[in-house]
Amino acid sequence: MSRTAKICCLLVIGLWLLMALAPSVLAPGDPLAINPTQAFAKPGLAHFFGTDESGRDIYTRVIHGAGDSLAIGLAATALGMGLAIVLGTIAALSPRWLDEIILRILEALYAIPSLLMALLIIAFTGPGVGPAIVAVGLSTAPGYARLVRSQIRSLKNSEMLEAATVLGRGTWRKSRNHLIPNALKPLLALVTLGIGQAVIWAAALSFLGLGTPPPAPEWGAMLSAGRTYLHLAWWMSLFPGLAIVAVAVSATLIGRALGGKVKSL
Amino acid sequence: MNTLAWVGRKVGGALVVLWLVASAIFIAIRLIPGDPAEAIMGGPGSQASAQALAAARAEYALDQPVITQYLLYLGKLATFDFGTSYSLKQPVTQVMGEVLPNTLWLSLMALAAAWLLALCFSALAMRAGRIGSQVGNLLEIIAAAVPHFWLGAVLIMLFSSALGWLPAVDNGTGHGLVLPILTLALPLAGFLTQLMRDSLSEAMGSQFALAARARGESRLKLFWRHGLRHAALPALSLTGWAFSSLLSGAVVVEAIFARPGLGRSLLSAVLARDIPMVTGIALFSALVYIVVMAISEGIERMINPAGESR
Repeated sequence: MSRTAKICCLLVIGLWLLMALAPSVLAPGDPLAINPTQAFAKPGLAHFFGTDESGRDIYTRVIHGAGDSLAIGLAATALGMGLAIVLGTIAALSPRWLDEIILRILEALYAIPSLLMALLIIAFTGPGVGPAIVAVGLSTAPGYARLVRSQIRSLKNSEMLEAATVLGRGTWRKSRNHLIPNALKPLLALVTLGIGQAVIWAAALSFLGLGTPPPAPEWGAMLSAGRTYLHLAWWMSLFPGLAIVAVAVSATLIGRALGGKVKSL
Repeated sequence: MNTLAWVGRKVGGALVVLWLVASAIFIAIRLIPGDPAEAIMGGPGSQASAQALAAARAEYALDQPVITQYLLYLGKLATFDFGTSYSLKQPVTQVMGEVLPNTLWLSLMALAAAWLLALCFSALAMRAGRIGSQVGNLLEIIAAAVPHFWLGAVLIMLFSSALGWLPAVDNGTGHGLVLPILTLALPLAGFLTQLMRDSLSEAMGSQFALAARARGESRLKLFWRHGLRHAALPALSLTGWAFSSLLSGAVVVEAIFARPGLGRSLLSAVLARDIPMVTGIALFSALVYIVVMAISEGIERMINPAGESR
């Protein structure tokens, strides 16, 4: 990765972190404060992104929404990746028959598109933020697990592992010290891409009324509210969506930059 | 591997996958704390009548041992009997049959549109200079990253509210299909173009492309006859996956454009926690995924005979 690319990535990550951790620095207002006299104000100097049907400032809400949206995306990816590491490692290290069974299960999970799987899970758990995280996490796990498995399988026959076996290291210690860290490095780029995807899926669930409930300043929930006033107040739908796209695009670009780095290692 | 053995393997694999999905749903219903009959009828919040609960108990044989329940359940699914949707008071297969053509038609049109757009984008990208291809690259990334639920809203704002060219809700003239199709097709087109770009530039820089140019073939002919065949393969192998992703896109798009379809039925079933309906649609989409994957693998085998040994 070139120096400029590195700086750009760090800047973008820094900006998102600032929005997520200290939104008041960029938007000092209250994202929930209503002001009915200012309802449906057009974007302008008083309200950069306009206001919604209750006069809440969209700019403030978009900035404050970063925390929730990113946290849900991160938590879901962490859950999916954690499950994938466990399943993928077990599959790669176990005897052929068990590997075959786990592979079949992963294939079955993979056969249901992510959003449908998420909906299926929510049909059982009921809507909410927790179920949305679990749903997005579980629906991304099979894809990651297949990659973890193939990574570890290709490492299994490496000289490094042979040396560890000769030294008499146990399976657990070998997995912890050699297999998992080395299998994860190439997955870093993928996880970055995955966070972008998870943010989109979580927003989709909120948009459908199954994730974060309104009036919380979550991007998907804001879009869901904006849908009713699409012909009246385009700004209610435009800006939260732009924020989602911006996260997804920066995740893709950073993921690609990391991918290039991993390849050159 | 000969064709018959390949088909046999595919069918066997498909049955295993469907059986696993069905079993997972069966287990999930029993894992919900409380009365499984109540879970089937929409959870404790649904306040199902004693009569309805008794009907559900009888239908799912809940008074029998679990193993009997399981076998009966699998037997019913094997005959495409998904039970009765309690929220619609109709057999699940009937509801699905009514709305399925809408979604299938929408998805197929979107798939065709996505391929068409991807071909145009690739042809354009091939001609573009350095800056042009950088811009194209960024546009593809953005197109692939845009979520359906926002793209649909933006298209409505642009073409329906601002310009007034196209209706946001279908008025029966067919114009109403344009925006839903575009909403589904644009992200997919971005994704397909990304996939095709690498293999296309590889093919166009190869020895056989140089030879064809030396024979005097135009760049466009070269693109059609040689480049495309190479570039389409990786994209084609993902088309099965793409088709099933269109099904989840349909959930969102049918909600935005107020179109009846499988996705909208699924969403209302999830909101009502109508488990028989959700089970039916989930199993059906798994089946669609498997069938489409097999078809796209079959086409791949035809285009690329070298892949047969795999």
